[in-house]
Amino acid sequence: MSTAYEHRWNPFEWLGEKIVAPIAVIGDFTLFSLMAIRWTLFGIPRGSVLWPNLYQIGVLSLPVVLVTGGFIGMVLAVQSFDQLRVMHLESRLGSVVNMTLVKELGPVLAATMLAGRVGSAIAAELGTMRVTEQIDALEALGADPIQYLVVPRFLGCVLLIPLLTILADTTGMLCGWIFSVTVLDINSYYYWFHTFEYVTLLDLYSGIVKSLGFGAAIALVACHRGFHARAGAEGVGNAATQTFVFSFVLILFLDFLAGVILSQVYLWMDPV
Amino acid sequence: MYDAEPILELRQVDRTFGTQDVLRGINLDVYPGETLVVIGESGCGKSVTTKLLAGMIAPSAGDVYWQGRDVQQLSANEKRRQRLRIGYLFQSAALFDSLNVYENVAFGLKQNTRMKAAEIEEIVLERIKDVGLPLNVAEKKPAELSGGMRKRVGLARALAMDPEIIIYDEPTTGLDPVMSDVINELILSVQRRRPVTSIVVTHDMHTVRKVADRIVMLYPLPRLQPGEDQIIFEGTADEAFEADDPRVYSFVHGDASQRLQELHAA
Repeated sequence: MSTAYEHRWNPFEWLGEKIVAPIAVIGDFTLFSLMAIRWTLFGIPRGSVLWPNLYQIGVLSLPVVLVTGGFIGMVLAVQSFDQLRVMHLESRLGSVVNMTLVKELGPVLAATMLAGRVGSAIAAELGTMRVTEQIDALEALGADPIQYLVVPRFLGCVLLIPLLTILADTTGMLCGWIFSVTVLDINSYYYWFHTFEYVTLLDLYSGIVKSLGFGAAIALVACHRGFHARAGAEGVGNAATQTFVFSFVLILFLDFLAGVILSQVYLWMDPV
Repeated sequence: MYDAEPILELRQVDRTFGTQDVLRGINLDVYPGETLVVIGESGCGKSVTTKLLAGMIAPSAGDVYWQGRDVQQLSANEKRRQRLRIGYLFQSAALFDSLNVYENVAFGLKQNTRMKAAEIEEIVLERIKDVGLPLNVAEKKPAELSGGMRKRVGLARALAMDPEIIIYDEPTTGLDPVMSDVINELILSVQRRRPVTSIVVTHDMHTVRKVADRIVMLYPLPRLQPGEDQIIFEGTADEAFEADDPRVYSFVHGDASQRLQELHAA
């Protein structure tokens, strides 16, 4: 039986859809992010909504961040030691370990772990709320879902991921130092002497500022994917997986962007 | 009842999700004080219609009016205030998992009024009693409740703000026959107790017989004849059960022969 609304496959329509769909998602994500930032500036949620999110994102992430930080410090010490020993520069191990830690690996790996732990959990939670109509229910009861659900998570990630990054850096520095001194037999005095000689406060700050961007990226991607989860267990699972993949790519992109900008800043400060 | 101005209206409304057309050219009026039942097979756009009426989703084309005012023209704040006049019982009850029953029912009051805690408590406990639940459920989390209890908590939450319009999205789906009838009786008791307009989406004919003043039947867009209206029936329950249109007749009588013929032909 032919009807008025029968749909025939059309290659132009197919191609158009493949091109338009990703552009629409990027546009939607941008609008979503702007709305989240606007609500963050003008409608900070009540403490009773905010605290559980801060606890989930911050306190419950401590173990994974501390373990990650600790191992990065030790791995960096082991890997760098062999290369420096060839050049008889073992005493400079502290500068290499700590510089890499505070500028790059501390912020990036802490953010990666949090994209896995916090981001996926947010996407799965909000995705479940979407498919069980809880987000529609919020709207029906006069609450703005972005203000009620996104802002607390966005604030949690932006405020706490830098703190978690500092903790990852600190644990990494301590573990790297203990491992270098006790196992690799590096002189503790020279370890720290060379660290302070090369690692500046700007390096530390650049890592922390980057982690602010990483935190925002994780929260926005996770909330956006959760809000757009498709029905069913598969839809929620996909939202969690996409969150990790997209936020990891975004973290690397932001890291690259920050690297380019910072190299210009260093050049401007020390034009040699 | 039908002399009054419609309280909710859909005018030439289309709704599309991605490339899938769900509703096309829908015209529907809801009058104050009536109980309108929307029937139709799964996936024909019943829930989408109610979400359009409640302003939860926007139409792809056409207009939605709340008491004669175009919803698209309302400011966000005005829309939020107006939306509170509509209570919505969701298909899955949609209780907030992280909150207990009391907090779920109190949510709208806490969010939108400046009432003191004691006043909120009085209303919440009254609504919990209204839907026939014992007060000791107040401290329980939704996961600890049965399907019927969850639906009743959902109704208590929808009633907490004293809405003028209540939308019930498949209120008896997934419930046993006795609990389904309990929900039907609750719909009637809400109607008796306060002057509300009710919109019920269902495919439970027992509910249709019991609560409907007027019925509209939606038909899935891909199976309509060219140029045909998507609302294929409008009338009372008795008229629906005696309808000449075989699609309406077989639906309300639960007779699959017409559908099986269509499937074979396809």
